[in-house]
Amino acid sequence: MSTTVNTTAQAPPGPLREFWLYFRENRGAVAGLIVFVLVCLMALFADMIAPHSPTQQYREAFLQPPFWAEGGSSRFLLGTDAVGRDILSRLIYGSRYSLIIGTIVVSLSLTVGIALGLIAGYVRGSTETLIMRAMDMMLAFPSLLLAVVIVAILGPGLFNAMLAISIVYLPHLVRLTRAAAITELGKDYVTASRVSGAGTLRLMIITVLPNCMAPLIVQSTLSFSSAILDAAALGFLGMGAQPPTPEWGTMLAEAREFVLRAWWVVTFPGLAILVTVLALNLLGDGLRDALDPRLKRQ
Amino acid sequence: MLRFVLHRLGLVIPTFVGITLLTFAMIRLVPGDPIELLAGERGVSPERHAELRAQYGFDQPLLVQYWDYISGVLTGDLGKSIVTKQPVLDEFFTLFPATLELSTCAIILAVLIGVPVGIIAAVRRGSIFDHVSMGTALTGFSMPIFWWALLLIILFSGILGWTPVSGRISLLYFFEPVTGFMLIDSLLSGQEGAFTSALRHLILPTVVLSTVPLAVIARQTRSAMLEVLGEDYVRTARAKGLPPRRVIGVHALRNALIPVITVIGLQVGVLFSGTVLTESIFSWPGIGKWLLDSIARRDYPSVQGGILLIATTVIVINLLVDLVYGLVNPRIRHHR
Repeated sequence: MSTTVNTTAQAPPGPLREFWLYFRENRGAVAGLIVFVLVCLMALFADMIAPHSPTQQYREAFLQPPFWAEGGSSRFLLGTDAVGRDILSRLIYGSRYSLIIGTIVVSLSLTVGIALGLIAGYVRGSTETLIMRAMDMMLAFPSLLLAVVIVAILGPGLFNAMLAISIVYLPHLVRLTRAAAITELGKDYVTASRVSGAGTLRLMIITVLPNCMAPLIVQSTLSFSSAILDAAALGFLGMGAQPPTPEWGTMLAEAREFVLRAWWVVTFPGLAILVTVLALNLLGDGLRDALDPRLKRQ
Repeated sequence: MLRFVLHRLGLVIPTFVGITLLTFAMIRLVPGDPIELLAGERGVSPERHAELRAQYGFDQPLLVQYWDYISGVLTGDLGKSIVTKQPVLDEFFTLFPATLELSTCAIILAVLIGVPVGIIAAVRRGSIFDHVSMGTALTGFSMPIFWWALLLIILFSGILGWTPVSGRISLLYFFEPVTGFMLIDSLLSGQEGAFTSALRHLILPTVVLSTVPLAVIARQTRSAMLEVLGEDYVRTARAKGLPPRRVIGVHALRNALIPVITVIGLQVGVLFSGTVLTESIFSWPGIGKWLLDSIARRDYPSVQGGILLIATTVIVINLLVDLVYGLVNPRIRHHR
């Protein structure tokens, strides 16, 4: 309904460019993206940025407050913990764990979730019922509780925690993929492809899957942030990464007994989790708005 | 309506059977021999081992074992805790009121604040209130609640000294539980100060536990309201000259609340996950803390029985929400 008159028709923007045009409208999402990139850089160059080793214990500086507080020094900018380790350095190294946790959890649950979802959507019948019933069953267990129980069976540790969280996230991804696949499978282009003699695998992976990606991308971003939160919670409960790993949740667990004596030991790791998760959620909201064709028209 | 109820019930039964299969498999998936796990660190002699295997039925075929397990479950026998030797069901129901009280208060707080905030944010879309409240909601949604709990303890218990750090009531008060809800029991006991003490113990855990549901409910109410406000019938109501208060409060809100009810129902699982963390931080003697302690003590019958009961509670509540949903929304009821 534009009122301007163009003498020459402009070429429509490419899909990536179109996406970016919508995405950059959302200032929160752009801010989230910037913070997330900064966290990634921090993780990548931790060796260069961190002023100290994350495990080095300075025996002369137990529970030293941050530099602006009374008794603090510029040597330990955010202070030290109960055994004299530099909190800033541990936070910087901790970003590596959070990003690894997010990446592994999302890749694991996405791979298995897409496979199961596509199978359920494509094969239908009793296979579909079996898969979807199993997913419903898993949804009846509160997610963190299920993760805790899986870790209790597998034994505590970062890897088992990631595995448990990946399992817990499966049902959402399976449901999303199945729903998207069923919608796509009914469309003409799929029939055309089938008539042209495309095999099952080709139909599922090359024809249908790319058209189901939008909701999956959004869900992956949100799963990434939830994975960081849940892994930190498991670490906090002593079931995730074990000390002296500088994982943010584990750092909070170690700091718990000093909660009323040394506020900085408790404050900064939690702040790191909050900022990272918030950035990812802003990013996820922005992605959803930019990728969802229903919202675009408004 | 009856058909709708039966249809929903029919969906619940296979889920329940599946859950019993999962909890049944769970204890057998734990690495190592179940008898040695049950015996603890002292170990058992080979004769006693064989005897216990027979006693617990581990020498039977799996199908028979499952049959025994599920007939036990259906008659309320969930086994005995290894640590306390008490029936798991009794332990669960002793502690459940504490969790129920905390969760109920948390969900009430979340609805009381979340729904109005969501409505106002939608009605004044793009205003400062909208931006600030939705920014706060997203922050609440991203909050590691165990850290949030510690921060609140630092501020309100440490610096201001307003609230206690742990427990449900001060040790000064003692009375027999009647309802299991400390707020009600303390009033019934008639002891002076008991109610205030219970309330002060309850505030911080409630705030912590309600944080995530509150954020979700506020966001959901806002988007549901925005969707409804764009509908033709709302425009018609406005065009008829109805006052805005009536258009929003009666015409729009009734339809906007339908998805919000579902979201509130879905928060039950979130609440149970939250109680694990909240109860452990505030030493709240409920199910979440009990389950964590049972895991730490390798008390597998308690863990097994506990998660079965929690999953069943979640299913039942989701079923109730579904039925309420069908009641308020005829479109769903007549769908199938």
